[in-house]
Amino acid sequence: MTSLSPQEWEVLLLSLKVSTVAILAVLPLAFALAWMLARWRFPGKVLVDALVHLPLVLPPVVTGWLLLLAFGTNAPLGRFFSEYLGLTFLFRWTGAALAAAVMALPLMVRAMRLSLEAVDTRLESAARTLGASRLRTFASITLPLASSGILAGLVLGLARSVGEFGATITFASNIPGETQTLPLAIYSALQIPGSELQVVRLAVLSVLLSVGALVLSEWLARRSGQGKVRHVL
Amino acid sequence: MSFDVDVTIRRGSSRLSYTFKTGKGLTALFGPSGAGKTSLLDAIAGLVRPLSGRIAVSGTVLFDKAERINLHPEQRRCGYVFQDLRLFPHKSVRANLEFGWKLAAYHERWLSFETALDFLGIGHLLDRMPATLSGGEAQRVAIGRALLSGPRFLLLDEPLASVDAERRGEILRLIERVRDELALPILYVSHDRPEVERLADRIIPVERVEG
Repeated sequence: MTSLSPQEWEVLLLSLKVSTVAILAVLPLAFALAWMLARWRFPGKVLVDALVHLPLVLPPVVTGWLLLLAFGTNAPLGRFFSEYLGLTFLFRWTGAALAAAVMALPLMVRAMRLSLEAVDTRLESAARTLGASRLRTFASITLPLASSGILAGLVLGLARSVGEFGATITFASNIPGETQTLPLAIYSALQIPGSELQVVRLAVLSVLLSVGALVLSEWLARRSGQGKVRHVL
Repeated sequence: MSFDVDVTIRRGSSRLSYTFKTGKGLTALFGPSGAGKTSLLDAIAGLVRPLSGRIAVSGTVLFDKAERINLHPEQRRCGYVFQDLRLFPHKSVRANLEFGWKLAAYHERWLSFETALDFLGIGHLLDRMPATLSGGEAQRVAIGRALLSGPRFLLLDEPLASVDAERRGEILRLIERVRDELALPILYVSHDRPEVERLADRIIPVERVEG
């Protein structure tokens, strides 16, 4: 019960790989969307906001099906990615990462948008009058002041993507070693009579992973909180 | 000619027009709160784009609608001391003071770091965070940050507003020294008549605009 079997290692490492790649790949898009929604005023903003939030409210199986429609072999986006970037998603771990990224996106955008909206633009104006360009103002004022929210968005997204099930199984299918992440492995084990111990072990693993993510986010929040306490004292 | 201003600015639903030219020294814009004095300073600093007109300081055109000139705030080299100070909360006093100083070109730094610390009496505050400063200390750091950025002119917006009564005299004397020793054109906004009469070489009254 103490050490992991090779299959369990495979599931764990695949889960971590899928989630990490998903979050890192979607981070620039999430930040750009958060910035647009926090700082720009443009026609159709409500629509963009709604589209970003769609995966949060849709049944995940519908999101997975929509991904199939968009990224399937003969679908426009799928063809674009395979022809120009050599990237295919169907039945591959990249597909699981894509599904995880789409499901994590709304949470990441929300956290980042809130933290960007909380940054006092008057401080940015002050930086400009002191000789800082837009870019330098962003790097030295906006980004540090929004950093705790951006980190929180990252951790939230990571936690969400590790637990992703419905869109992944619909879009990328449940292939051991390729797309079978932790939740999918638990689901498979549940289908097989007599594998209760396997289910328990995977479930414990999943709990440990979640607790780890929570502790990490708590630590990040406390660290930025301590920063605030230090400002006050 | 120091400040040469002839602009129309939108403020909420109303339009404010300012026309004045100033000589050397400290010019006070004197008028009640809500008359749009801060909007004018923002326009001179490049933070607000005027609807029309022209702004020049010491012969350099900062904004000219007709000539399509509109310098970025970072190109105007103005030392703007905001009414709400706007010290960077995540940076130490030292980092706040160094912010504009590091961005200024070598030949633009007419004030050395040590001189500024002595002049303002803030040398002992360098490692503090802005939130831990008293009103008077924060005000002096804000003035220091503006002076160290190598400005060609100063905009002071109600610099006594955030200072308690006992410290006002200290900041007033400091502003007098800035006026007398640094030979920078200064535009000073206030609604306090004794303060303005004590400091200003010239007073420009600003009326409240309704609507």
